[in-house]
Amino acid sequence: MLQFIIRRLAGAVVTLFLIGAVTFFLFVAAPSDYASLACGRDCSPERLDAIRHALGLNEPIFKQFWEFMSGIVVGRDFPDGHCAAPCLGQSFYSGDFVWDTIMDRFPLTLSLTVGAMTVFLIVGIGAGMLAAYRRGSLVDKIATGSSMVLSSFQIYFLGPIVLTILVYSTGWMEDPKYVPFTEDPVGWLVGLSIPMVVMATIFTAQYTRMARASMIEQLAEEHVRTARAKGMSKKFVFFRYAWRGSLIPIVTVLGIDISALLGGGVVTELTFSLQGIGRLAVDGAINKDLPLTMGVMLFGAFFILLLNILVDIVYAWIDPRVRLS
Amino acid sequence: MTTLTKTEDAPAPTGPESFLSVRDLRVQFSTEDGIVKAVDGLSFDVERGKTLGIVGESGSGKSVTNLTILGLHNPRTSHIDGEILLDGKELVTAPEKELEQLRGNKMAMIFQDPLTALSPYYTVGRQLSEPFMKHRGASKKEAKDRAIQMLEKVGIPQPKVRFDDYPHQFSGGMRQRAMIAMALMCDPDLLIADEPTTALDVTVQAQILDLLKDLQQEFGSAIIFITHDLGVISNMADDLLVMYAGRAVERGSVKEVLRTPQHPYTWGLLSSMPRLDGDIHETLSPIPGSPPSLLNPPTGCRFHPRCAFTGEVTGTLCSDTRPPLADGRAAACHLTAQQKQSIFIDKIQPRLR
Amino acid sequence: MSDNLTLPAQQGSTGTSTEPLLEVRGLTKHFPIYGGFPIKRKVGAVQAVDGVDLTVGVGESVGLVGESGCGKSTTGRLITRLLEPTAGTISYLGQDITHASRKQLAPVRSDIQMIFQDPYSSLNPRQTVGTIIKSPMEVNGIEPEGGREKKVRELLELVGLNPEHYNRFPHEFSGGQRQRIGVARALALNPKLIVADEPVSALDVSIQAQVVNLLQEVQQELGIAFLFIAHDLAIVRHFSQRVAVMYLGKVVEVGDRDAIYNRPRHPYTHALLSAVPEVAIDDETEAKERIRLYGDVPSPISPPSGCRFRTRCWKAQDKCASEEPPLLQISGNRDGHLTACHFPEDPTTEARAEDVILDPALKALEKDAADDTGAKPAKD
Repeated sequence: MLQFIIRRLAGAVVTLFLIGAVTFFLFVAAPSDYASLACGRDCSPERLDAIRHALGLNEPIFKQFWEFMSGIVVGRDFPDGHCAAPCLGQSFYSGDFVWDTIMDRFPLTLSLTVGAMTVFLIVGIGAGMLAAYRRGSLVDKIATGSSMVLSSFQIYFLGPIVLTILVYSTGWMEDPKYVPFTEDPVGWLVGLSIPMVVMATIFTAQYTRMARASMIEQLAEEHVRTARAKGMSKKFVFFRYAWRGSLIPIVTVLGIDISALLGGGVVTELTFSLQGIGRLAVDGAINKDLPLTMGVMLFGAFFILLLNILVDIVYAWIDPRVRLS
Repeated sequence: MTTLTKTEDAPAPTGPESFLSVRDLRVQFSTEDGIVKAVDGLSFDVERGKTLGIVGESGSGKSVTNLTILGLHNPRTSHIDGEILLDGKELVTAPEKELEQLRGNKMAMIFQDPLTALSPYYTVGRQLSEPFMKHRGASKKEAKDRAIQMLEKVGIPQPKVRFDDYPHQFSGGMRQRAMIAMALMCDPDLLIADEPTTALDVTVQAQILDLLKDLQQEFGSAIIFITHDLGVISNMADDLLVMYAGRAVERGSVKEVLRTPQHPYTWGLLSSMPRLDGDIHETLSPIPGSPPSLLNPPTGCRFHPRCAFTGEVTGTLCSDTRPPLADGRAAACHLTAQQKQSIFIDKIQPRLR
Repeated sequence: MSDNLTLPAQQGSTGTSTEPLLEVRGLTKHFPIYGGFPIKRKVGAVQAVDGVDLTVGVGESVGLVGESGCGKSTTGRLITRLLEPTAGTISYLGQDITHASRKQLAPVRSDIQMIFQDPYSSLNPRQTVGTIIKSPMEVNGIEPEGGREKKVRELLELVGLNPEHYNRFPHEFSGGQRQRIGVARALALNPKLIVADEPVSALDVSIQAQVVNLLQEVQQELGIAFLFIAHDLAIVRHFSQRVAVMYLGKVVEVGDRDAIYNRPRHPYTHALLSAVPEVAIDDETEAKERIRLYGDVPSPISPPSGCRFRTRCWKAQDKCASEEPPLLQISGNRDGHLTACHFPEDPTTEARAEDVILDPALKALEKDAADDTGAKPAKD
């Protein structure tokens, strides 16, 4: 198992390197001159040259790449000061260090993800399992029906409706805003409650359906029938035998969802006028801000790879066949 | 062993030796295509300590019957009629809690494929211990001791070590041995074995069958042995019930049914199987056609569309009247006793040698 | 059989033929296993087939029996070149086809056809029966007299299906009928050899005989040679003139029907035959020997040294571990009866004075029972 994790981590590092390389060379190959973009309209050739020098754009391309990559590990020096590791470079546009910008925005994205996830995992899987346990009952019909309707909603549709009702018409709540958890946990929760709940609602619907389907499949397994045949109660069999196997498809999808959420959801952030990673990525792309775009991209890729490894570890925890092979 | 307590609480109301008694059992499933009459008016008895073989092809209702005895059918989609008496206790109407107390305790089941029938997520030892702890109120330690003892009994090498293994670490034959050990944990009075060796190789099958027979001698359980293989049943059972399309068509002792079969379906089964010592120049005589759909089964005798002897029966009896199955040694067929005997001797028996 | 066949008449060659159609020498297939740390490499191999010699004569039916994992199905797939052999040679009518390319193989492909075990998954559910049976002719560019459709209808009739069902889909047929479609497809190219891999084991007992009879008609009347792969010894005996017994990737015994079923020499053949459950139809049935092995077949990843059966054999000695017994006509065997064993059994299947029981659990239980009942034997 340890060997497996080490091998996967090594693979992840290589993958991140390749992603970095591909993004870097794609941007360099793109037909736009970053120096003249950074220089602005009335740009004198001397100033342009100075900027080129400052950005390192007159260096050979492989040297630029090397500096970028080594910066991630050991940090690097810019004319404006030292950029500590992990240094993802300096934004052409704002002049800020990319890592600092990401760290500035990430708490919001992380908060939204953790908050929404807590709700949709508990409510979604709970409702799905209850529906499977009482298959065919009224509870099942309500759970199936409402999740069918809700999962066809989108954030940009549900979000404004909720905002209109709770904020603009009645004034019961304020516009969503981010307050750091460390400063004011209650304010943090209240400030982000609307986007969290709206996100969670849509995900809950998906997870309810998935958990129900997966549970029903497991309940039809022969080993579940064997457990019943030796006199174990329906409840025992449900929570001991069927539950474990039903987690596998959920964990798979959850891994993909979390890494996507941590990489930033532009639509959510735009709907609720919040400044998270998603917005940052879009801004970087619009401004052709190479270091920023690459930084956000690598940051997102890191989570995808990390979650992939975590998902495999969870598989091994669930299923001894994975663990022992 | 608990054989002592068992004899005390055995009122045996249904007959002198009948331990399990099934009367006019009907099982219907509602499916999207309509109602499947999986079992249609089935009656049989199992004597204490004896083995009843139930033989039939896919769709004959043999597995459904036994899941129904254990109460493991899906209550949402199935409709059950009739009586199942286990040691005088009615099971069809019994509440779920009472059935739970009986399952794995008084009656246990061995399934066909031990790879899918054991949970991949828990150790063999844990799966064996659970019923013992539940039914006997045993501690973890006691259950473990019992499980190791049973694993040893069924021939698992190093049972103390293998107790902590997962099912996938066992070979196919060893898995089925573990499954048998699990069924015997609480020393059941009734053991239902549903095609227990079909998934196994022939040399392993021979081991498992002999093991089951020897264990029965020691534990004294009654066994219902379900299979499609007449050879297997010939070696395992005392009595035999032949099922076709949800109904019993022939009943008797194994010797009677296999040596002087009376039903055309049994004749067909016997003469479509080659024997290891048979005449190689004799071509096999298959049963024409295929088993009917239970959504829309044939009227009258369900075997009549495939039967070669309907011409010997007067009128349209075969296609519009269900032949009754009398008690004891009997076959559900409209042929007269005389006809059955002469057809068997003249046309069937010569093919079997 | 219908009389209006257009298949080539090869009648008359139903007996054992001396003219070899297919010759297999030292056929080997190892499936590599990858693993290791930190860089994955080949760490071993599943020795599925390990040096198999086999001959099938023109029009002859050869049975290949053995338990799961013995390599019989892999052998069939190697011969039809669905798998690439690791070593050994396969020659068809004297032509080496072991590593023949697709192009070189084309003329042979139509001569060697295969029938698969599962009639449900081996037919494309989106194609009509007509298309399924026609496709081998299309792929091989064969235009029979009267057109392909006519030929397909003839084939349907030949295998006992209604030619009107030409445009139906596989799901409209029962399992036995689907297997007939599989047979019709195999016959479409007028093959000389059909490799049938467990062709009846997925079918109900009452249907098995229908398909066995059909295959027998095809074999005898069209003179097609068969390699009949199955685990059911009684069906193989019924169908095959010669039989090869495989164990863990090797042929341990081969001979004609009588040699294998009545005069077996290899302990494994004895054990197999003794394990077959048979209906006792009368008291006169001769008492068979009773041999109960212990455990399952070992893993083909690391098979035992020397004789591969030795770990489950009651006659094994040191020599069996150090020296692999060659497949030979050992003394006491008749012509064509080869056995790979250092310490062969007597050529009979009659009951022995004492049963061979290697299973410790069985032994213990039977000893207990015997002790309980005193001198009386515990078993009938």
